[in-house]
Amino acid sequence: MENSLKLIAGSMVTLSFATCALVALPFLQLKDVPAPEALKPYSPGQARGRNAYIANGCIACHTQQPSTTGAGIADAQRGWGRASVAADYHYDSPPLLGTMRTGPDLFNIGERQPSEDWHLGHLYQPRLYVPGSVMPGFPYLFEIKNKAETTKGDRVVSLPEGAIPDGKVVVAGEEALNLVAYLTGMKHNYPVLTPEEAKLAALRKARVPTND
Amino acid sequence: MNPTSLLLATFILSIAGLFVFIWSLRKGLFDVETSGSKVIFTPDDIGHYHDPAADPHEIDTLNIQTGRRNISHSDIANRPHDHSSTLPCFVLFGSAVFWLVFASLAGLVSSYKLHNPDFLTHSLALTFGVMRTIHLNLVAYGWAPLGVLGLAMWMLPRLLRAPLVGGRFAIAGAVIWNIALIAGIAAIANGKNAGMEWLEIPWQVGVLFALGGMMIGLSMVFTLFTHKVHHLYVSVWYIGAALFWFPVLYIVAKMPGVHFGIEQATTNWWFAHNVLGLFYTPLSIAAVYYFLPKVIGRPVHSYNLSLLGFWTLAFFYGQVGAHHLIGGPVPEWLLTLSIVQSMMMLIPVVAFSLNQHLTLKGHFQALKHSPTLRFIVFGAMMYTLASVQGSFEALRSFNAVTHFTHFTVAHAHLGMYGFVSMVIFGGIYFVLPQILKFSWPYPKLISWHFWLVVAGFSVYMISLMTAGVLQGLALQDASKPFMDSVTVTLPWLKGRSLGGSLMVAGHLVFAFHFASMVVFALSTKPFQKLSLTTEG
Ligand code: HEC
Ligand code: HEM
Ligand code: HEM
Repeated sequence: MENSLKLIAGSMVTLSFATCALVALPFLQLKDVPAPEALKPYSPGQARGRNAYIANGCIACHTQQPSTTGAGIADAQRGWGRASVAADYHYDSPPLLGTMRTGPDLFNIGERQPSEDWHLGHLYQPRLYVPGSVMPGFPYLFEIKNKAETTKGDRVVSLPEGAIPDGKVVVAGEEALNLVAYLTGMKHNYPVLTPEEAKLAALRKARVPTND
Repeated sequence: MNPTSLLLATFILSIAGLFVFIWSLRKGLFDVETSGSKVIFTPDDIGHYHDPAADPHEIDTLNIQTGRRNISHSDIANRPHDHSSTLPCFVLFGSAVFWLVFASLAGLVSSYKLHNPDFLTHSLALTFGVMRTIHLNLVAYGWAPLGVLGLAMWMLPRLLRAPLVGGRFAIAGAVIWNIALIAGIAAIANGKNAGMEWLEIPWQVGVLFALGGMMIGLSMVFTLFTHKVHHLYVSVWYIGAALFWFPVLYIVAKMPGVHFGIEQATTNWWFAHNVLGLFYTPLSIAAVYYFLPKVIGRPVHSYNLSLLGFWTLAFFYGQVGAHHLIGGPVPEWLLTLSIVQSMMMLIPVVAFSLNQHLTLKGHFQALKHSPTLRFIVFGAMMYTLASVQGSFEALRSFNAVTHFTHFTVAHAHLGMYGFVSMVIFGGIYFVLPQILKFSWPYPKLISWHFWLVVAGFSVYMISLMTAGVLQGLALQDASKPFMDSVTVTLPWLKGRSLGGSLMVAGHLVFAFHFASMVVFALSTKPFQKLSLTTEG
C-alpha cells in the first residue's frame, strides 16, 4: 500500500511539473495578449470556411506558421510572410498550426493569391493549375451542371480551356465558397508590435486619450 | 532575474529533487534487488526457456541443449487469481486486432493517395486529409491502447498475486470504448472534427472515452490497491502510473471552453506527446520488462537501473511536448525547455536498453525458437532507435531539416509501429494460448507474420526517412521552387506504399490466425470450460 501510494503521488507530481510548463504557464503568459488592431475577426462565411478547412483535413498537408528560423528559414523568401506571433492567432480556436508541409504554408495565402477564381478552380482540380501537384481535388464541393441549367445565383467556376466537356459548367457549392473566403482572407502582413510597443498600446488604450 | 536564469535554476532544483526522491525510495529499491526482480516467476520458472507460442519440442530441445532444466511449465498456474482477467483480456485483444485491420487499410489507402492524388476523391470521408485522420485515430484510440491495456490486464493479477477486481466492469468499459471509437470515426468521416491533431474526435464523444477508459482503468487501480505481494515489480510502476496519467491528460486536453489561441497549441502537444510518452510507451515498456525475462527464464539484469529509468522517464518525458512546435509562435523558453528534456530522455532510454541487453546476453539463440521473444526484442530495439532518433530530431539543427517533412511520419512509425505494435504482437502470441488453453493452430503463420511486417517495415522506414531528408533540404533552399520538394519525394512515397502493403499483408495473416484460433478453441471446448471467466 505504501509503495502504491508513493508511486501514484510521485508520478502525479512529475506530471504536474509538465502541466505547469506546457499548459498553465503559457495560459498565464498569453491570456492578456491583445489582438493586433489590424487583425479582423472572421466573418460568418469565413468562420464556416475555416470549419470546412478542418473538416476536409487540409491541415494534414498545410501549415499556418511561417517562421524565420529552423525549418522556416526560407519562408520569407518564398513569399510566405513574416514569422507569425502568438497574437496572430487571437481569433483561432483551435489554431491550425499543422506539422506537415506536403503543401506550402497558407498563413498568408490571401496576400499571395487573391484570386477567387484561381482558388475555386484549384480546389476543384489542382493539377489544372500546378502540374505534378499531389493535392487531391475536392470535386464533391462542386456541382457539374449543363450550361443551360444554371440559374442566376450559381457561382460558375472559370476553368482553363478543356477542363470539362463543352456544354457543361462547374458550379461552386456553398462550402467551397466559404473555404475560398477563408483562404483569401488569410493575410497576416501587418507589423508585429515589440513587447514595449504592445505595453504602450495597452496603456494608451486604458488611459484617457491624450494628444501625444 | 531574467527568464532564462529562472528556468535554469528551476531546472537544476527539480533535477536535484528528482534524484533525492529516487534516493528516498532506495528502501525497497536498492536492497531488495534480487527478490524484487523475481516476483514474476514461480520458483520453477527460473532457469529454463518458456514460450506458449513456440513449438514445445523446439523449446524442450533448446532447454536440454543449453543445459538448462526442463520441467513442465507451472506458469499457467494453478493460482486462481491468474484466471481472473482472462475474459476482459480476451475482449481487449479481440477489439484491438479488429481495429488493426481497418487502421492499416486506411493507412495504406492514405499512402497510395499521396502519389495518386486522383484516387477516390468523390467524398469527404475518402479524401486524403480525412482518411489519414481516420488512420491515426484508429491506431491511436483502437489498436494501440486496447492492445497495451489488454497486456496490462494480463500482467497485473500475476504481478500482484491478487485477482482482478471488477472484471465485468472492465468488459463493459471496453464495450463503451469501442462504441465511442465507432462514433468518433463516424464523426470525423462526416466532417465533425475538433481540429486539434490527435484530438480530432469531438469532446461529446470524448466523454464516452473517458467513461469507458475509467471503467477499464479503475478495475486495474482497485486491483493495484489490494496487492498481496510485498514488492511491486517494475512493470507495475509503469502500469500504475500510466493508468493515472492518461485520464488527466485526456480530460485536461478535452476540457471545452478553457483553452485559447496558442495556449491551445501547447496544450495540444502536451497531450499528444504525453499520450505517446506517458501512456503507450510505459505500458509497452512494462510488457517488455515482463515478457522478456519470462521467456528466457532469467530475472532482469539490474533492478536498480530499471527503477532509475522509471523515474527519469516520468520526470523528463512530460515536458518534451513543445519540441513539436520548434520555430513556431510559442514562447522561446518553452521550446528550450522541451529540447533540453528531450536530450535528458537519453538517461531513461539508455537505462532501459542497457538493462534489456544485459538480461538477454547469452540467450540470443532463443530468438530462433521463441516467436514471442522475437517480436518483443525487436520492439525493444526499436524503442531505443526511435528514442535516440527523437532526441536528435528535437535539436534545432536537425529539426530544421526534418520538422515539416515525411521524416516525422517515419519516426512516428518507428515508435508506434516498430516499438509499440511489435510488443503488442509478441504479447498476444504469448498470452492468447493461455487464455484459450489452445495452441496457435498454424505456427508457420507466425513466421510469415513476423517476416512480412519486418520486411515491410524496413522498406517503409528507409523510403520515408530518405523522402523526409530530401524534402527538408529542398524546402530549406529558397532558390528551388516549392514543387521540387514534392517531386523529390515521389519515388520514396511509392516505396512506402510497397512497404505498407507488406505490413498490411502481415496484419491480415495475423488477424486470420487470431480468428482461426478463437474458432478452433471455441468449437473444441464448451465456452464454460475455457478459462474465460471473470472470477477466480
Ligand atoms: C495531400 C496533401 C494536400 C492536401 C490534403 C491539401 N493540399 Fe493544398 N496543396 C498541396 C500541395 C502539394 C500544393 C502545392 C501544389 C499546388 O499548388 O497544387 C498545395 C497548394 C495549395 C494552395 C496554393 C498554395 C500556393 O502557395 O500557391 C492552396 C490555397 C491550397 N493548397 C489549399 C488547400 C486546401 C484549402 C485544402 C483542404 C481543402 C488543401 N489544400 C488540402 C497539398 C495538399
Ligand atoms: C500497415 C501499414 C501502415 C501504413 C501503410 C501507414 C501509413 C500511414 C500514412 C500514409 C500516414 C499519414 C502520413 C502523412 O500525413 O503524410 C500515417 C500516419 C500515422 N500512422 Fe500509419 N501506417 C500503417 C500502420 C500504422 C500502425 C500499425 C500505427 C501504430 C500503431 C501507425 C501509426 C501512425 C501514426 C501515429 C501516424 C501519424 C503520424 C504523424 O502525425 O506524424 N501506422 N500512416
Ligand atoms: C526520447 C524519446 C523521444 C523523443 C525525444 C522524440 C522526439 C520527437 C520529436 C522532436 C518529434 C517531432 C518532430 C517534428 O514535428 O518536427 C516527434 C514526433 C513523434 N514521435 Fe517521438 N520522440 C521520442 C520517442 C518516441 C516514441 C517512443 C514514440 C512512440 C511510441 C514516438 C512517437 C512519435 C510520434 C507518433 C510523432 C509524430 C507526432 C505528430 O506529428 O503527429 N516518439 N518525436
